[in-house]
Amino acid sequence: MLQRLTGVEAVEVRLPQELNRLDGLIIPGGESTTIGKLAAMYQLTEPLRRFADEKPLWGTCAGMILMAKEVGIDQPLLGLMDIVVERNAFGRQKESFEEDLYVKVLEKGASKPFHGVFIRSPRLVETKGKAIEIARLANGTPVAARQGNLLVTAFHPELTDDTRFHQYFLGLIK
Amino acid sequence: MENQEKNQDAGVGSFTVKSGLAQMLKGGVIMDVVSVEHAVIAEEAGAVAVMALERVPADIREHGGVARMSDPALIKEIMESVSIAVMAKCRIGHFVEAQILEAIGVDYIDESEVLTPADERHHIDKHAFMIPFVCGCRDLGEALRRIGEGAAMIRTKGEAGTGDIVEAVRHARTVLGAIRDLKSKPDDELMAFAKDIGAPYEVVKQTKEQGKLTVVNFAAGGIATPADAALMMQIGVDGVFVGSGIFKSDNPARRAKAIVEATTHYRDPKILAEISQNLGESKVGISVSSLVENETLAQRGW
Repeated sequence: MLQRLTGVEAVEVRLPQELNRLDGLIIPGGESTTIGKLAAMYQLTEPLRRFADEKPLWGTCAGMILMAKEVGIDQPLLGLMDIVVERNAFGRQKESFEEDLYVKVLEKGASKPFHGVFIRSPRLVETKGKAIEIARLANGTPVAARQGNLLVTAFHPELTDDTRFHQYFLGLIK
Repeated sequence: MENQEKNQDAGVGSFTVKSGLAQMLKGGVIMDVVSVEHAVIAEEAGAVAVMALERVPADIREHGGVARMSDPALIKEIMESVSIAVMAKCRIGHFVEAQILEAIGVDYIDESEVLTPADERHHIDKHAFMIPFVCGCRDLGEALRRIGEGAAMIRTKGEAGTGDIVEAVRHARTVLGAIRDLKSKPDDELMAFAKDIGAPYEVVKQTKEQGKLTVVNFAAGGIATPADAALMMQIGVDGVFVGSGIFKSDNPARRAKAIVEATTHYRDPKILAEISQNLGESKVGISVSSLVENETLAQRGW
């Protein structure tokens, strides 16, 4: 996805030293317990927290779980944002779904829907402190938030052809 | 392909969400487990999903007889014990076992040659289900036939329950090599290519356009060590299934964790050396070349 945007070079990060030359970081979808454990095992947790102090960080789905301060169960987290997240909030794979979202912060976001793909997805139970909700489902469930240079989405913009969320994230890079 | 799915009214069960879950498993390890205790060890080790079974393939091999879908009670117990995705196997062509697994609500169904096939001619119409399917393959034609039937994820068959990596390597190289050949073909040769490998033309065309399988592709069947997992990743698969390799070993928790780390850091020999130390003995070890033809599982299905 990022490679399709001009002027952006995307690299994979597995070890702390790989963070050094980056302008921003995306923690993608996946299994939050796996990502959290591997990050802790390879001493990435503290470097990621320092990274988030200075540079934009975006978590999609599992990434949103990792960036939350509270998820209701005990698992390794980065604990960066003032949000409460519920894992697998809509149920199992059978309940995975797609829904169009109107996200005002995106280009033409109020009129042109952004297609949300939700896979065993978490939801935002609460945004507090400096965190601001930026997208919700038709039934009112909040599914994306921003807190300064930190961004979280419960859905997967990387599974669509719409680059507007990626553009929005790039806009957070100074 | 998405218009073939039958349950899209509420935005659920679409091919996007079915194949999307497999995208989220990429770079990860899926482990066979036969009990809640195993499932918890697998999750703790960092598995992205578990395959709930009554017997691991090595025991199915030893036990003989007819191998069927596992007891739903066991599968449900395992689903309740972990937060990661839970998969379960049905027999090739046994669409009622698949209906039962869908009713239980497993996250993925493996239409698997490890169980005794129920139909020697027809695989399941996987478009008809809300739950995504993963299917085994030995070559590109088989992979694309399964995708044509609606599989949302593909894995190599390898030779399950042996701890011998040779067949998984053969199958992965065969599939990836055929895709490299396909990419170099002009469009006017695609129909003959589709005919030769017995695959649907549209899926052949999409595979050429994308330069890779249109769904996620894992390795399975014979992975026993961190080095085996890294080997498959370097050959070019998206992740690995480990069946008997973990819980048929001296120290399952340690081996499970090492295989997870190896699948992430597959290009880093220093890390691989570190995590391969002192894992104890792997208890699976049947050389595939010692099996007679009717003992191989990979030849089940087509």
